[in-house]
Amino acid sequence: MSGINLVESTLDPAMAIYSQVIPAGEPWIHAIKKGQYFRIVDLQGNQAVDTLFYNAHDYSDRYSAQDTIQQQRNIYLTSGTKLISTNGTVLLTIVADTCGRHDTLGGACATESNMVRYALEKRHMHACRNSFLKAVIEWDHGMTKRDITSNINFFMNVPVTLEGKLTFEDGISDPGKYVEMRVETDVLALISNCPQLNNPCNAYDPTPVQVLIWDGAAK
Amino acid sequence: MNETSVLWEETMHGGAAWSHVLKRGTALLITDLQGGANVGAVFYNFECPAERYNMPDTLKAQHIARLTKGFVLYSDMGRILCSITEDSVGWHDPIGGTSSAKLVDAKYGPSSYQEQRNDYHKNGHDAFLIEMGKWGLGPRDLASNVNFFSRVDVAQEGTMSFTQGNSKAGDYVGLRAEMNVLVILNTCQHPLDPNPKYEPKPVRVSIRRVAAPAPDDACRISRPENGRGFTLTERYFL
Repeated sequence: MSGINLVESTLDPAMAIYSQVIPAGEPWIHAIKKGQYFRIVDLQGNQAVDTLFYNAHDYSDRYSAQDTIQQQRNIYLTSGTKLISTNGTVLLTIVADTCGRHDTLGGACATESNMVRYALEKRHMHACRNSFLKAVIEWDHGMTKRDITSNINFFMNVPVTLEGKLTFEDGISDPGKYVEMRVETDVLALISNCPQLNNPCNAYDPTPVQVLIWDGAAK
Repeated sequence: MNETSVLWEETMHGGAAWSHVLKRGTALLITDLQGGANVGAVFYNFECPAERYNMPDTLKAQHIARLTKGFVLYSDMGRILCSITEDSVGWHDPIGGTSSAKLVDAKYGPSSYQEQRNDYHKNGHDAFLIEMGKWGLGPRDLASNVNFFSRVDVAQEGTMSFTQGNSKAGDYVGLRAEMNVLVILNTCQHPLDPNPKYEPKPVRVSIRRVAAPAPDDACRISRPENGRGFTLTERYFL
């Protein structure tokens, strides 16, 4: 893998079996079946979409950031990336990507990490891990904070330097850019459309994103 | 560090697992006995294990993708589990993850206890789960791990590469507990180590009593984020 590799999809949004806009700051949780295609669209550009996946048949087998980057020996997610679970299951494969690079080291914002990173007075601000918790409580399948692990940040640009520094750069996403995955195992998808206002991950203006699902036959 | 402050110490064999509740006011010194060791590590708040080491929070609070002296290990609750107060290596890997049975079988060939007795091939994933199980923790509690003594470089296009010879015989890293921390370690080889032979290395673990972090403690003042992290950690004990 080298440079930025942009791959477009042939799927027609008019043929999608599911389409939903997730407003800024809202969670979304949804089961997606093996063989289906799952697309996330950055409607207005530079919006971080914090995402977790679980094996739908065993929620303890879930997306693993470290296993995913270790197996492809690259820290960035893009077309061709297999999203690997803690048990080594391939959950989804990224098959199209018009943004070119997605992060999985930066994690999700939390009221607590905001206090550390910005100021103790930031506790009141809305954060992704509050959205994740709200979603799994409402999903009502016994999931708790133990299930909120290191996530993917679609459309976020978090380079690592040769000196081992982690940097948060301006996004490389623009309005309408998308990432699309083929679902390899029945999964539960959990998204927090990031409400962070303290850093440029959402260009200081969180905006809506769209999720679409196609049946495999549409391909 | 004053040798007389050593409370106890022992050697971890290569491929072994180990766990201990490292109390606030004590520190763990890990020494690479032969060079080339790898120590996979996960950390939990012993009083409430739902609070655990959080890789992204640790990396982004300090803008790092490596660990060394002066940095701290954050929990998901904005608190500091351990501070890295000593380090002769300069680079420990927080991103490479751990090995699995599948990887170890593919890399080093199949093995079994029946054939090889205690030299059968261990993997980090199973070693973590078994040791976690002893404390009532399970697969839902598996979190991203640190790899002490190992170095993974990231090139401009994102490619990860393992640096051989990062740690020499006698190299050490010291972790001061800022909370009562369940520390779970294993000495399985790093998943990206290109060595084709199964030869995990031993380390010495040493528990010492240490002073509480002073107002001018190097980890506390290394950056404003860590000052706030210490404040939140100290509030937990009030």
